[in-house]
Amino acid sequence: MGDPSTVTMRIWRGDTNGGGFEDHDVEVSSGEVVLDVLHRIQATQAPDLAVRWNCKAGRCGSCSAEVNGVPRLTCMTRMSILDPAEPITVAPMRTFPIIKDLVTDVSYNYEMSKRVPPFRPKPKPPDGHRMFQEDIERVQEFRKCIECFLCQNVCHVIRDHEENKPHFAGPRMFIRYAELEMHPLDSGDRRDLLQEEMGLGLCNITKCCSEVCPEDIHITDNAIIPLKERVVDRKYDPIVWLGKAIKGRRSGRAE
Amino acid sequence: MAEHETHEFDVIVIGAGGAGLRAAIEAQAQGARTAIICKSLLGKAHTVMAEGGVAAALGTVYSEDNWEVHFRDTMRGGKMLNNWRMARIHAQEAPERVLELEDWGALFDRTEEGRILQRDFGGHRYARLAHVGDRTGLEMIRILQQKAVAMDIDVFMETTIVRLLKDGDRIAGAFGYRRESGKFVEFKSPAVVLATGGVGKAYKVTSNSWEYTGDGHALGLWAGADLIDMEFVQFHPTGMVWPPSVMGILVTEGVRGDGGILRNGSDERFMFGYIPEMFRAETADDEEEADRWYTDRKGARRPPDLLPRDEVARAIVAEIKEGRGTPHGGVYLDIASRRDPEYITRRLPGMYHQFKELADVDITKEPMEVGPTCHYMMGGLKVDAETAAATVDGLFAAGEVAGGMHGANRLGGNSLSDLLVFGCRAGRGAADYARAVDVRPEASANQTEEVAREALEPFERTDGENPYLLQQRLQDKMQALVGIIRVEDELKKGLDALGELKQRAGRVTAEGNRLYNPGWHLALDLRSLLATSEAIALAALERKESRGAQTREDFPQTDPELGKINIVLRMKNGEPYVDRSPLEPLPQDLRSVVERSL
Ligand SMILES: Cc1cc2nc3c(=O)[nH]c(=O)nc-3n(C[C@H](O)[C@H](O)[C@H](O)COP(=O)(O)OP(=O)(O)OC[C@H]3O[C@@H](n4cnc5c(N)ncnc54)[C@H](O)[C@@H]3O)c2cc1C
Ligand code: SF4
Ligand code: SF4
Ligand code: FES
Repeated sequence: MGDPSTVTMRIWRGDTNGGGFEDHDVEVSSGEVVLDVLHRIQATQAPDLAVRWNCKAGRCGSCSAEVNGVPRLTCMTRMSILDPAEPITVAPMRTFPIIKDLVTDVSYNYEMSKRVPPFRPKPKPPDGHRMFQEDIERVQEFRKCIECFLCQNVCHVIRDHEENKPHFAGPRMFIRYAELEMHPLDSGDRRDLLQEEMGLGLCNITKCCSEVCPEDIHITDNAIIPLKERVVDRKYDPIVWLGKAIKGRRSGRAE
Repeated sequence: MAEHETHEFDVIVIGAGGAGLRAAIEAQAQGARTAIICKSLLGKAHTVMAEGGVAAALGTVYSEDNWEVHFRDTMRGGKMLNNWRMARIHAQEAPERVLELEDWGALFDRTEEGRILQRDFGGHRYARLAHVGDRTGLEMIRILQQKAVAMDIDVFMETTIVRLLKDGDRIAGAFGYRRESGKFVEFKSPAVVLATGGVGKAYKVTSNSWEYTGDGHALGLWAGADLIDMEFVQFHPTGMVWPPSVMGILVTEGVRGDGGILRNGSDERFMFGYIPEMFRAETADDEEEADRWYTDRKGARRPPDLLPRDEVARAIVAEIKEGRGTPHGGVYLDIASRRDPEYITRRLPGMYHQFKELADVDITKEPMEVGPTCHYMMGGLKVDAETAAATVDGLFAAGEVAGGMHGANRLGGNSLSDLLVFGCRAGRGAADYARAVDVRPEASANQTEEVAREALEPFERTDGENPYLLQQRLQDKMQALVGIIRVEDELKKGLDALGELKQRAGRVTAEGNRLYNPGWHLALDLRSLLATSEAIALAALERKESRGAQTREDFPQTDPELGKINIVLRMKNGEPYVDRSPLEPLPQDLRSVVERSL
């Protein structure tokens, strides 16, 4: 590393009328991420190259794409992990309709989000709420979600099955349901809805979603499986459940 | 001109960060038909990046804390230039606004007693920042976003406003384009709330995102509103410095709040040499006392590493200038040798991840290298403290785009609380105003036609200027000539450079078509970036003193006379005009609060 070197970026360009990969030879300096290189291409070769981004620090979840076939945040993908001898492909997320170049129409996710019945708090005691760290830790894990929609993108239930979308909330929304169900102050019950309209049953626990999550959220183990248990076990016992959850707790970077 | 899409509302809110979302929630709750418009997707606004926490005197960790102490800290941090009415309202209402988030589902980190845990931050007398690890902004934006969606507020995502519309002296709505299609859209509305955030993209080294092109500042200025305090741009002391591609990315002050310390290249804790008179009585003057403070708040004074941001940023610049920097031109921020790895990864998971992924640095084992990065705009629209009304009828402003609350320097954590307190007030102010309007304003058709024609001009030029290169040039000039340390002839050179860039921006081109075209979008953003940058440079030139975030090499002292005025920018005959306006004097009871020693 050190001096700039040149790589070939093979970027999908096009819109709803179709498109294909286009090669751009571009300089790369040490420490750069894929998004830096896309920006350099915009500034010097293709000013109209459509890319979404905001924070460039892995915090906003705007810059998702498929780099060499792997769904990733382009702002957190170091160029140094990619083989510079081969062209590096950058393609838009496949599960969502294309708008232009690397920008896709992610409105499906916003629609599904609208259908989540909102937080319904229990009455507030006169001296305010009390919650303990151990009671909220699991929900805090889910709240790390930056809505990059990479998990939605890889889920095979919708990846090549447009027809499933209207009745499948997807892994991102499942953790949203789990978050509400496990919230110490929430009084709602969304289990029937999950099973009947949100397609929880369609998930067959392949864990592809957990694997791509840039926030390392254990979507399947910590959200989907417990939700499935709750839905099946209508007479579930919260203490038993909590015990299971604590046993299953991983040790990881962000807890 | 071709047809464009038109919508009618009682209140439109431009911006979907904390301030915009909170404003929209309040306006809708007051019965106004409300819409939110934002440049990015919902949930991606700058607020999502906020790390350390939200300041509110909840008193859950130190029962001695109360609004008066918070008010005192804010005024002192702002070098007494704050609009004291705003600072008072802010300190009084922040706790209520934070607790309300909890009622809406927010989950802040907890104390042993099950209350909201608060963390230490620079300039705050007591641990005062409610937080969620180092992702407080994410929690806040999600909760507000979900609340807004549940209330059925209309949201126009990826829509950029390029002009406010007027009917005579009144606001009549806003005009912009859909980023996706490039098509124009008009919003007719008697009340507009600006909540567009800041202007960090005027600088080369910045913690801010592409959205921060000072749009709201420029929209307000063009619509005839007054801007104040534009000279006060906050450079956060700790941004990443290495590798170059990540330069500027923020390292939260929470690192220092949780025990991290600053050292120079020679391993000295240099901050002990930079304690200003104003803070001497409350700052530890040796390492032993500073270290003791973390466990003994009553018996020890706070470490100088936690002085307000302007002081720490200046100290770092001085150390580097004196040749005591680190190999990559920063200083060390060390938490590895002071806290165990488990504590660091639990308290600062985002920082751990950020350094590991982007710089190959394990912050539990090695110190970080950091240096100042452009972070926050204290200046903005002049507003009424109670209603957030700007100086044009029908225009309101809240959040980073509003001026006055933070004076010459903002304390960490006081922005998120500002968003909630004044977002809420702006929403109510706008709804009340809209309700009282009997004849709805109507913008003339030629206003929208003119804006649309101008916006499309870049497509008509075939060999003009590249917008990306113009932006880079602007950033280089602002960084070099209107940066942390300022001096008259550089500021003048800066203004000349901006003048030249303005000319060139008039010849900017866009390639391709109107469909999701970032080059074109930037060409349009450049105009607000230039107008706002010019306002910064003009105000910086006018304030011939050093105070807070304004450091003038040629006027190193604070001038008490200039402590009584705000520098004002407004348009006059199509050009920005510099004026002054007197600050309202601080009443005696509040003065004694501020002067109280603790
Ligand atoms: C990395 C980082 C960490 C921070 N940490 C903290 C912290 O711990 N505590 C704290 O108090 N503060 C912190 N801050 C500061 C704080 O986050 C910001 O000041 C605050 O979030 C600004 O909020 P806002 O609502 O004013 O604007 P933003 O959240 O920036 O939202 C601006 C909105 O306006 C929209 N917009 C802009 N221009 C237009 C236009 N022309 N047309 C339509 N829409 C437009 C944008 O799309 C966006 O939705 C931090 C800042 C950064 C960068
Ligand atoms: S585990 Fe379920 S939700 Fe996740 S990718 Fe597999 S099928 Fe989809
Ligand atoms: S759960 Fe993970 S992968 Fe899915 S949207 Fe959230 S952050 Fe992205
Ligand atoms: S740009 Fe925000 S996550 Fe990549």
